[in-house]
Amino acid sequence: MSQVGSDTNPLRVAIVGAGPAGFYTAERLFKENNLHITIDMYDRLPTPFGLVRNGVAPDHQKIKSVTKVFDRLAAKPNFRFFGNVELGSDVTVADLRQHYHQIVYTTGAQTDRYLDIPGMDLKNSHPATEFVAWYNGHPDFRNYEFDLSQESVAVIGVGNVAVDVARILCRTREELLETDIADYALEALSNSNVKEVYMIGRRGPAQAAFTPPEAKELGELVGADTIVLPEEARLDPLSQASLADADRGTMRNIEIIQELSEREPAGKPKRLILRFLVSPTELIGNEAGEVVAMRMAKNELYQTDSGTLRSRTTDQVEEIPVGLVFRSIGYMGVPLPGVPFHERWGVILNEKGRVLNPESNEPVLGEYTAGWIKRGPSGVIGTNKPDAAETAECMLEDVAAGKCLTPAHPELDAITQLVQQKKPTYVSYEDWLRLDELETAAGTEQGRPRVKFTEVDKMLAALGKTAVH
Amino acid sequence: MKVSTILAKKGNKLITIAPEQPVKEAVALLSQHNIGAIVVLDEMDALIGILSERDVVRQLTHRDDLLNQPVKELMTAKVITCVPQDDLMSVAHVMTERRFRHMPVVEQGKLLGIISIGDVLKAQRDYYHGQIDTLETQILATE
Repeated sequence: MSQVGSDTNPLRVAIVGAGPAGFYTAERLFKENNLHITIDMYDRLPTPFGLVRNGVAPDHQKIKSVTKVFDRLAAKPNFRFFGNVELGSDVTVADLRQHYHQIVYTTGAQTDRYLDIPGMDLKNSHPATEFVAWYNGHPDFRNYEFDLSQESVAVIGVGNVAVDVARILCRTREELLETDIADYALEALSNSNVKEVYMIGRRGPAQAAFTPPEAKELGELVGADTIVLPEEARLDPLSQASLADADRGTMRNIEIIQELSEREPAGKPKRLILRFLVSPTELIGNEAGEVVAMRMAKNELYQTDSGTLRSRTTDQVEEIPVGLVFRSIGYMGVPLPGVPFHERWGVILNEKGRVLNPESNEPVLGEYTAGWIKRGPSGVIGTNKPDAAETAECMLEDVAAGKCLTPAHPELDAITQLVQQKKPTYVSYEDWLRLDELETAAGTEQGRPRVKFTEVDKMLAALGKTAVH
Repeated sequence: MKVSTILAKKGNKLITIAPEQPVKEAVALLSQHNIGAIVVLDEMDALIGILSERDVVRQLTHRDDLLNQPVKELMTAKVITCVPQDDLMSVAHVMTERRFRHMPVVEQGKLLGIISIGDVLKAQRDYYHGQIDTLETQILATE
């Protein structure tokens, strides 16, 4: 057999997970001029793009424009998409190892980190990511129910997800009508009873994780007054001292937050209250087991030897009445069947993207990972590009050293037949482009970017494929 | 960005040495694993010091029998550590200001790993590259 990567024996790569990390891995591999390569990308959903479709907020369409970059990659003749195919239940790692030289897992972080305080499991307390997946029309979450008849909502956290959730809860129907939010979510949010949204941050304005444009957006909501308590906007001496080497984003955040704290409410229908330096300590329930209030402790900051300002609770406590709680203290990866996992970090056990055997700590031949399931949830969409490049470069280095799998069936048709047999309703990229066309056409009719399919059966029906149960 | 982002893609192999072992074994480990510092653990697995290539180099001309000295004679005993949740930017600042290049990561007294100034710089570089790429993509898309 000729060398792997030659025209008679092209390098066969499977990428599991069609989000940004998967596409950026493909992009880096395709840049290798002297290598013949064919890439098959898998996703458990019929639709590609991962969190760009199902995570990025519907009122942030510009951020979603990165899909145009991905479309161009997918249009290459040596790229194929197998959507609606799940690793484990439809094809296994063993199957992939028989058909590819290299496998890359880019499945992202699909669940929420748990906040371990009493009452977290009460009714009407949810992971924020479930709410995000719901309003974005993720098929697995479309039937979830959120009690929007409540007047007061707490969003625990001040990261991207918390900011998105708080903002979406405060949007007016008119604002939401310009987005591609799922139809059912549009109705539910338009009829919501929510009057007050609290966003709860452990540390102060100088440590907030959101970006200045996000902070500014919170102050420009049509239907909600944004409120910051003046005493929480003021910087403590440690934060003040840390500004000496703060970046521009932090300085701008502080400016925006302090400006908000000086505003008089304009009497808009809703109120968004940004709280800093408080930690939830308990959710309090009624007899029916529903959240009715949240207890919080006031925090103070202290500096560690390593330079970080950390928070610790004081004995000053308060209670706010809330009927709905979203916790958003970070995404977390879930293990894939047959792939080594690092429980502590919630990632696949790896070194620079090479999957490691947990016993020997040596690389598992032919298996790699990139994106959030490799490093944990951090950064913006583009952060996955250098991360995926690091993995792709390990892959290329290994191919050059002859360290890759020797699949029994490297031919393109062999794996197509297997997928066809295991999941006859798999979705190709051409199929997805057809769905995309239908969604955007339905959107044009309503003056919206798109109207999403939110059920797998309906997607398959629109493509003339019959679901097999 | 947190310290955990760096540790998450470093596997879970820990290179450590005991305080009574000779410096030459420490040097062999540094060279074998291509690392610049090694964490010193006592018999209870408690972190009691760190030995860097700098510590060794500084003493080379002072001590004839350096390589046979026990590690504990040369190590830095007062070690600044961080936890996985620490902000990478603050850690980078402390490493730069105080001029050391390795920081062990500890949680509840247990050593989890070590990060180097090189790891931190690479993470910062990738972070900024990512932001630039995202902004470029958005600008190009609106053209």
